[in-house]
Amino acid sequence: MTQAETLPIAAPREARPLWPRLAIGALAALVLLPLGVIFASFTDPQGAVWAHFGEFVLPRLLLNTLWLLLGVGLGTALLGVSLAWLTAACEFPGRRWLTWGLLLPLAVPGYVLGFVMIGLLDFTGPLQTTLRDLFGTAPEIPIRSRGGVIAVMALTLYPYVYLVARNAFQTQGRRALEAAQTLGFSRARGFFRVALPMARPWIAGGLALVLMETLADFGTVAVFNYDTFTTAIYRAWFGMFNLSAASQLASLLVVLVFSALALEQRSRRGQRFTPGGRADQGERIALGPVARWLATLWCGLVFAVAVAVPLAQLLAWAWQSRGDLDIRYLGFLHHSLILAGSGAVGVVMLGLLLAYSLRARPGRLASIAGRFSTLGYALPGTVLAVGFYLPMSAIDNGWIALGSRLGQTWEPLLGGTLVAMLLAYGVRFLAVGFHPIEAALHRVTTSMDEAARNLGSSGRDLLTRVHLPLLRGGIATAAVLVFVDIMKEMPITLMTRPFGWDTLAVRIFEMTSEGEWQRAALPAITLVVAGLIPVLLFMRGGEMERRDAA
Amino acid sequence: MQLELSNIAVGFGQSLVIDDLTLALEPGEIGCLLGASGCGKTTALRAIAGFEPLARGQIVVGDRQLSRRGWTLPPQERRVGMVFQDYALFPHLSAAENIAFGLRGLGAARRRHRVAEMLDLVGLDTLAHHYPHQLSGGQQQRVAVARALAPDPALLLMDEPFSNLDVELRERLSLEVRDILKAAGTTALIVTHDQHEAFALADRVGLMHSGRIEQWDSPYNLYHRPVSRRVARFIGQGVLLPGVVQDNHHIRITLGCLPPVSPLPVGTRVDVLLRPDDIVHDDGSPLKAAVRAKTFRGASILYTLELPCGARLLALVPSHHNHAIGEAIGIHLEAKHVIAFPSDS
Amino acid sequence: MIFPAALSQLTRAVAIVLCCALLPSTLHAEEEVVVYSARNEQLIKPLFDAYETASGVRVRFLTDKEGPLLARLKAEGVNTPADLLLTVDAGNLWQAARSGLLQPVDSTLLQERIPDHLRDPDNLWVGLSVRARTVVYNPDRVDPAELSTYAALADPQWRGRLCLRTSNKVYNQSLVAMLIAEQGEQEAERIVRGWVENLATPPFADDTAALKAVAAGQCDLTLVNTYYLGRLLKEDPALPLKIFWPNQGMEDSGVHVNISGGGITRHAKHPEAARRLLEWLASDEAQAAFAGENLEYPANPGVAVAPLVASWGEFRQSPLNVAFAGAHQAAAVKLMDRAGYR
Repeated sequence: MTQAETLPIAAPREARPLWPRLAIGALAALVLLPLGVIFASFTDPQGAVWAHFGEFVLPRLLLNTLWLLLGVGLGTALLGVSLAWLTAACEFPGRRWLTWGLLLPLAVPGYVLGFVMIGLLDFTGPLQTTLRDLFGTAPEIPIRSRGGVIAVMALTLYPYVYLVARNAFQTQGRRALEAAQTLGFSRARGFFRVALPMARPWIAGGLALVLMETLADFGTVAVFNYDTFTTAIYRAWFGMFNLSAASQLASLLVVLVFSALALEQRSRRGQRFTPGGRADQGERIALGPVARWLATLWCGLVFAVAVAVPLAQLLAWAWQSRGDLDIRYLGFLHHSLILAGSGAVGVVMLGLLLAYSLRARPGRLASIAGRFSTLGYALPGTVLAVGFYLPMSAIDNGWIALGSRLGQTWEPLLGGTLVAMLLAYGVRFLAVGFHPIEAALHRVTTSMDEAARNLGSSGRDLLTRVHLPLLRGGIATAAVLVFVDIMKEMPITLMTRPFGWDTLAVRIFEMTSEGEWQRAALPAITLVVAGLIPVLLFMRGGEMERRDAA
Repeated sequence: MQLELSNIAVGFGQSLVIDDLTLALEPGEIGCLLGASGCGKTTALRAIAGFEPLARGQIVVGDRQLSRRGWTLPPQERRVGMVFQDYALFPHLSAAENIAFGLRGLGAARRRHRVAEMLDLVGLDTLAHHYPHQLSGGQQQRVAVARALAPDPALLLMDEPFSNLDVELRERLSLEVRDILKAAGTTALIVTHDQHEAFALADRVGLMHSGRIEQWDSPYNLYHRPVSRRVARFIGQGVLLPGVVQDNHHIRITLGCLPPVSPLPVGTRVDVLLRPDDIVHDDGSPLKAAVRAKTFRGASILYTLELPCGARLLALVPSHHNHAIGEAIGIHLEAKHVIAFPSDS
Repeated sequence: MIFPAALSQLTRAVAIVLCCALLPSTLHAEEEVVVYSARNEQLIKPLFDAYETASGVRVRFLTDKEGPLLARLKAEGVNTPADLLLTVDAGNLWQAARSGLLQPVDSTLLQERIPDHLRDPDNLWVGLSVRARTVVYNPDRVDPAELSTYAALADPQWRGRLCLRTSNKVYNQSLVAMLIAEQGEQEAERIVRGWVENLATPPFADDTAALKAVAAGQCDLTLVNTYYLGRLLKEDPALPLKIFWPNQGMEDSGVHVNISGGGITRHAKHPEAARRLLEWLASDEAQAAFAGENLEYPANPGVAVAPLVASWGEFRQSPLNVAFAGAHQAAAVKLMDRAGYR
């Protein structure tokens, strides 16, 4: 696009407002507090534990983690990009419903898919059992393996890539491909040489979320008994009762993620790709007679494995434990929806705040602080929950002490309140809320701002007439992702919820922690269905938006 | 005066982007700031629009003071319209909705009427409900102009309005835009780096260099009466030939003697500006020059000539006088007004 | 600028939600006791409901994993609302006691009802149900005469026949900790190495999966908590799974048991109410339900077990105090790392 867009606004110095710096600082502090708690563990040196871990544990776990990152990264990229390209740029039977169907794995927690897959495919599962009954022997399916855990995580996490890559392909892919074809590239080569590189920043953003979630994951790898770095953290904490060593291990994780993010940003420095315009309807690539059915098959297969099969299994199990269904489920659902809803609103607000602050105040320091504020997503949930709870309790204790000095009995300020929960969700999911909004904000060029002000529009008017309509897609994406993530979230919900505030995720935790997976199916399926609601709304909104434009 | 910039400076400390700029436009006049990139012309525009505060001086539009040192009326309250280089159309609004964007105070009926008027003015009535991405570059540009004109601004600013268009479209549209502006009676200030565009559009042109205006004048004067060698070099084509002032105030150069100019002391060494149209092809002339390069321009040919003494000249010659490179042709000087700059200036 | 406008609009929406949600936590009038429980809601709530009806005392509780619960107690300090901590293993109670999070409970009732080895020597906590970790085998493939002790499972005759759950689970950590307590670290490591060599397939994520593998013939025997077997057999009594009680010889130490139990928090606001709840949980009427709900063994030896559990026969428990499970747990984890037990 034009030069005006790529230049950050150099606002005149005297007119530079203070709030962006304050906002960035506050957000960074919110995340730095728990991080600080984690790093403070180094004041309690754990040399012996480190020596033990270094010799017997870490070499294997680091290798495991590396393989997992590599595998899940490649897997989500492959699935996300291929599905996004097919549904965004091509025409094939079933495309319309597969387009949104392929988003649904968002609502399926990874540990659920993992458990279902193991249940179906392992030695004791129906597949191998049936084969053995028929033929006396069956080929071993190594589902409880590195490959198995990678496949399952890729199948649950690819929507992060799918969502953003689709967006990118929709806005520019087709046009770029035509340009490449006129320059003598075949369609396939054009895709790899032009469409894919142009979509790279978006795909990288989605992949960053995927890899952070992979690093932080404990639930899914635990189902596979696949030990990663996170396992080491929990082994030190729960097994050896050594929270200090666990925090030190976690801080290593933080350093790793931060360096990776910094590197990624460095590699993108100076590049900015702005999608021009939006999708034009009705000019999709018409695939050949075989290719179109192959496309249907590929998309349908992913949908079947990632959505249909686990849903069917969950339904079957839920039916078996239907006796558990009582009036309290309304309460669980209610709590889940309120938490996820207000959490989504809150995190989107924080994401907007961060995105606008960075836009109003670009610069090295601000961008580092901005990166920092999104680190919470890469930390194992329980570690982050404790890191958040400690300073929160310190504030509460100070508050209560102040009260008693004044002869008053004051209730805790934060502990047991939704404010505390929302703050904790903010720390955890800011990355998820921030990235889509930041990407969308790039579409609002500074000259659009100026044009609007020139036409007498400013402040709230400018916001509602120009920014919100243009950010709608990004805000919706962020809200849906955060909503679904909070629905699935366990450690922070468990640790910070007020008395009696049990959610669907808490129910799943109660059942699975004692191995009662079948009984966990009922809350799990309720959670999946509730998680589908915003995804479907989102898709409908997206369709409408496009129809408006056409 | 409709627009008056008095000694304005923009920037801070030592790094002033604009330093001591003064210009004025009569109502209905179209002005143009011309200059190479980085000369501060866009900054001047943004200062008038209210996006940059002033370090010195003041800006007055109509009878309202809009900016002075330490005080800037916010852009949204200035009634100054602006057309951006990238048009900055709102992608979520149709052409008509874009145009209606600034018409908030009006009732629905009057707003519709005004939008229709504007669409008619820019000739886009049939495309009212198209979205920006469905319009061609030229159409987008006209929507941008209509959008800026719709609220009836006291002044219209245009930042490189044609730079995103191809050459042909650029020429056609610049004439069109001039007609539109004249029809609307709008006072406008346009920024461009293209002198043809400036000459086609503007009543007054200012050549800018490092934050100052070198000359604020009519296009004719800018071309034929440049006040400095910088203006002379930037505007149009031509060469500077060395000469000496004679006792009768004539100037002697290699080609002969030139009529008197401004009174300069006898013996002053000067550089004389010779435009290609000052050199006339004349086969009978004793003065010969060798053709070193030629550019075919349809009706005429622009020759680069070399005199025996080594000095080079440009000459615009009707194109039926087709000479090969290396050939020597006869020329004579036909300078009606001589521009000379003292050599040490 | 732009942001403040957005902020004010969205803040209003959030504020409304928050106000609605904050109300319930401010109501408390009647006598109450507050419990932090690592024992699942579905196992503990029926008992709390019964206690509320019986005593009129309101029980408020929160569930979570032990690790976060302990961290939470520590962080909240003197202001913790919790009166009682319930866990599903002895190790975490031991750890809570060691971190100064519990206070001694002086109750002759508890001392009468719960045997010594299931209670903290300093009365900081008390076991409420017994979880026996024992051998389950497939009778089609194993002759029970071949079985004897936990240690014997390290013998080469079981090569490729053993299934185990992951060493990340506290039950296995406690089991190895007790092996260390009984037989010393060296011998314990030899045994664990033997187990690892005998594995038929990589360790499972849970006991149920290990049991299913034994039933399906993927391996011949495994080590599990008995109630997992109970749950499976309730669904399908025909499964080829039989219990064997190891370490029952005259010289042997008895079956390894762990507990689900509780203790009163150091800064309890209602320590008396908490003590009465603990005593009630140890009483005959509650014990049958507490253990029976999950097919565990009552800690109170005077209480009968569920019929299915009774069908597995009687066994002799290890008399060693379960506190050792906590004391040696860190060493056990390191040992299993060294032995390559994943």
